Amino acid sequence: MEGLIISLYIFVLAVLVGFEVISKVPPILHTPLMSGSNAVSGIAVIGALLIAGKTDNPDISTYLGIVAVAIATVNVVGGFLVTDRMLQMFKKRTGDNNQ
Amino acid sequence: MSQDQAINLSYLLSAVFFIFGLKRLGSPATARSGNQLGSIGMLIAVVATLVNQEVVEYQGIIAGIVLGGLVGILLAKRIQMTAMPQLVAIFNGLGGGASALVAIAEYNRIRNLPGSIDPDVSITIMLGTFIGAVTLSGSLIAFGKLQSFLVPSNAINSILIKALNLLLFLSCIGASTLLVLETGTTYLFPALIICSLLLGILLVIPIGGADMPVVIALLNSYSGLAASATGFVLGNNMLIIAGSLVGASGLILTNLMCKAMNRSIWNVIFGAFGAETSSQGHASSEGKHAQSTTSEEAAIVLAYARSVIFVPGYGLAAAQAQRQTKELADLLQSKGVDVRYAIHPVAGRMPGHMNVLLAEAEVPYDQLYPMEDINSEFDNTDVAVVVGANDVTNPAARDATDSPIYGMPILNVDKARTIIFIKRSLSPGFAGIDNELFYHPNTRMLFADARQAIADVTGAIRELE
Repeated sequence: MEGLIISLYIFVLAVLVGFEVISKVPPILHTPLMSGSNAVSGIAVIGALLIAGKTDNPDISTYLGIVAVAIATVNVVGGFLVTDRMLQMFKKRTGDNNQ
Repeated sequence: MSQDQAINLSYLLSAVFFIFGLKRLGSPATARSGNQLGSIGMLIAVVATLVNQEVVEYQGIIAGIVLGGLVGILLAKRIQMTAMPQLVAIFNGLGGGASALVAIAEYNRIRNLPGSIDPDVSITIMLGTFIGAVTLSGSLIAFGKLQSFLVPSNAINSILIKALNLLLFLSCIGASTLLVLETGTTYLFPALIICSLLLGILLVIPIGGADMPVVIALLNSYSGLAASATGFVLGNNMLIIAGSLVGASGLILTNLMCKAMNRSIWNVIFGAFGAETSSQGHASSEGKHAQSTTSEEAAIVLAYARSVIFVPGYGLAAAQAQRQTKELADLLQSKGVDVRYAIHPVAGRMPGHMNVLLAEAEVPYDQLYPMEDINSEFDNTDVAVVVGANDVTNPAARDATDSPIYGMPILNVDKARTIIFIKRSLSPGFAGIDNELFYHPNTRMLFADARQAIADVTGAIRELE
């Protein structure tokens, strides 16, 4: 029970940190925020690694873990890359004053 | 310092990277570095996990990472910006699916161990499986709706679906309870998975296309909460922290989207907008007359305007008209016209959809104005050009108390001196209600595909010279 309580502490505090850190995002960044934070939710890859690498005597859990590693990696790699691609496009007006 | 402590300190470091990364995503100037900080945090977390003594077998892991990495790179590089909502939906689903698989695999492992399962662990396993599976199947349906693939994209209002959802939800709770108490049969766990998947499908199927921004944001939040739940299962703080950050950001976006439509989240998920009101909406259009125009006339109006505001909507994305719009805007600007874009928060199919499309067409972001900043400007604007937006411009939201969209904040497009409304027909938007703006004395309807119409207008302006 002790472990569960500590986990709950961490969960609640992290949610509150999340609310504080993210609350003032301008609309222009809504999509990048979503796809960037989505890449972070690929953190499930950590859990998948722990399951998939647990034993050198593979069973169903191991295979499920490997599948989870693969799809979480798609989420992580694809998510961060596509967010970067999007953010590269956001440019300030240049030229108006320089021309 | 033991290895465990080193790993936990690395997790703390990546949590700090995630928090600063998300913070920097909040401002256009720092957003890119924020995303990079996030990816570094992820790398630290993955490496720290790989050196964990519990991880002894690497072959399967390497195969999974290589395969997943390649698919991720391909998707990220190849995807068209107009298909971003679909991609985000898929990624949400994968995150949820991975979390569900972790919970399922862990349950399968500890069930085979001697002794009974600690209820702390089994409760969180059921929760992780449930949230993860709902996220997975819900996201796949959202993808199907966005892609207009197999699933109808319109809203469905069915008592049957609502009753079925309630039944499925109660079944999930019942199965979980029995599993935690370890009184049920072994078939209960697969039953929980199937009920959760079905619930995800049936929750998203009735939701109309224009409510997608809310759904995508909500599923985003779920994918984080699912990861958090697996953190509880494995007793891993890294998963709990990162998952809850995503859960929080998704909830913030969900809330913003709901506010932008003046609806509650319950109304979006269970309300199925429009299905009952469409007949009444059509009746109100009788006896009204919409004035149509041609691209040549529109060109003259635009060429002699001093200020123009473009109002993009989902139709711009559907017609892939973002580059043509930018070209027209540039041409007008070179003639000394003041050009701006008015972006409604729920225009398009995901939060910020229009901003991404226009950024892709290299529209500078300081020309893009959010609703609250530009609404007072329509009074002093010569021409408002509506490209593929509909309900977010409907003045009925302001004063027709019987309208289903009454109270929704709208762009004050009707205040502009002239309104050019590019649309293929007078068909109503997703809410199934007629747009009063079509019949406004200052509105000129340009009936055409958005991309073609804008290219024609641009051509006609060039010929004026």
